[in-house]
Amino acid sequence: MDKQKSLREAVRSLHDGMVIGVGGWGARRKPMALVREILRSDLKDLTLVAYGGPEVGMLCAAGKVRKVIYGFVSLDRIPLEPYFRKAREAGAVEVMELDEGMFLLGLRAAAEGVPFAPTRIGLGTDVLTHNPELRLVTSPYDAEDLLVAMPALKPDISLIHVSRADRRGNVQTDGRDPYFDNLIARAAGRVIVSAEEVHDRLDLTHSHMAQKSLFDRSVVDTVVAAPFGAHPTTAHDAYGWDMAHLKAYCDGARQEGGWDAYMRDYVGTDEPGYLDRVGGAEAIRNLSIPNL
Amino acid sequence: MIHAETFTLAELMITAAARAFADDGEVMANGIGTLPRLAAGLAKLNLNDRLLLTDGEAFAVEEPVPLGCAPEDRPGHSGWFPYGRVFECLWSGRRHAMVTPVQIDRFAQANISCLGDFQKPKVQMLGVRGFPGNSINHRNSMLVTSHDRRTFVPGEVDVVCSAGFNDRLWPEGARRPEIRIGLVITPLCVMDFGGPDHAPRVLSLHPGVSFEEVDANTGFELLRAPDLHETATPTAEDLAVIRRLDPHDLRAGAVKGNPAGIREKAA
Repeated sequence: MDKQKSLREAVRSLHDGMVIGVGGWGARRKPMALVREILRSDLKDLTLVAYGGPEVGMLCAAGKVRKVIYGFVSLDRIPLEPYFRKAREAGAVEVMELDEGMFLLGLRAAAEGVPFAPTRIGLGTDVLTHNPELRLVTSPYDAEDLLVAMPALKPDISLIHVSRADRRGNVQTDGRDPYFDNLIARAAGRVIVSAEEVHDRLDLTHSHMAQKSLFDRSVVDTVVAAPFGAHPTTAHDAYGWDMAHLKAYCDGARQEGGWDAYMRDYVGTDEPGYLDRVGGAEAIRNLSIPNL
Repeated sequence: MIHAETFTLAELMITAAARAFADDGEVMANGIGTLPRLAAGLAKLNLNDRLLLTDGEAFAVEEPVPLGCAPEDRPGHSGWFPYGRVFECLWSGRRHAMVTPVQIDRFAQANISCLGDFQKPKVQMLGVRGFPGNSINHRNSMLVTSHDRRTFVPGEVDVVCSAGFNDRLWPEGARRPEIRIGLVITPLCVMDFGGPDHAPRVLSLHPGVSFEEVDANTGFELLRAPDLHETATPTAEDLAVIRRLDPHDLRAGAVKGNPAGIREKAA
């Protein structure tokens, strides 16, 4: 069993119009190598499902996004994602803006195979106004208990960055917080994993770290080796986010032709070139892990 | 208690904001942003030792983590608090968040999502984030660094992110969860929504500020609390804690111009 593919092959398995789940949280542990490969491709009309960070802004800037389903889109220390902001202010993308917890419940419902999750979240707010597809249900046990029926959020496939994987699709994720990668994986039931390191058999070499696994290999379709593949976001415990790079990315968004320049000067045509252009492996390895 | 003679407006606001957590008991105090986080830390050390704090990342701590703290100086962790647990905690109601909305209205509704038309916003901001869930599950306080009619808006906020006391948005016949608003701290005063039918009211005015000034800078009607008084100024102990928790003086950048806590008398 060997699920390993090249970055290019992995992205070639995606197609226009797909609903794509993205792991990580804000500027943390985003599968950016996969995102950059999508930026280099002809893919379009994508729907993104994410606790959004720079991947949302970049894919919007490149005109690849039809709709974004999110609890937030932010670069953490830089609160506003500049290109997502531009896309929204131009009315260029459809959105389903949700509470962060509702978003979690939607993923969980998809993971459990049920059509919706009952919750009080959203009541009394414009989340219901701006998402008219959200329906209310009455508790079968109490006629006065009205609840929001948060629909299952089911991506066609999810992209998730991990610390290490093996060719069979076993994964381990280091770091302090698993975020919701387990649900993003399980909700889709199909995952392309990008990994800092790909090994032959984690059970033979990293058995003592097996508890770091956030989902099992039955949901993993494809494994891609992507060293520094989360840059410019954080990959605990390997490297921190690259705030200088993110600041330059944001500055570019304020300039005419800024996105084209970012594509040309950084994303380019391949990952090894990208690594060189952002300062090289050693520089990324030395980025400190953020402490807030 | 000895009150300090010189302090900044930011320090006055932190001290006033800390009081929001004083009677909370054993809940997670989450101050989001520089001044709210310092307020939660000050509350933990000076007012309510039972508060739970996090390091702002993924761990629970018993000592507030100073802003900009070097990794080697960080306090030990008393527990694990990844985002998944933050949701579990907030859904249980055992949390008190202090946040900084961009807009607040007379129904205590708050906005951080976007300004203007939701379909094509004038300014896209963060999205609703956790405000909807926070607002129906636990107590929330607010701290804003400008007090004007753009912040305290007439009518309603552009996007209602946190639920408030507004009949319009509640489905008929539904039992309403209790909305719990703590304090609202501004550069001019401390407010709450404790008037008749949750009407907004001024609890205390910062030194040198008149009710009329607050009123003129607020887009909705304000009541005077029955015991309207002057906001208590920081004690020497308060200031010592604030300085320890913010050794790089990040609070100096929180309020425009970093004004003094007691206004110069007009000439």
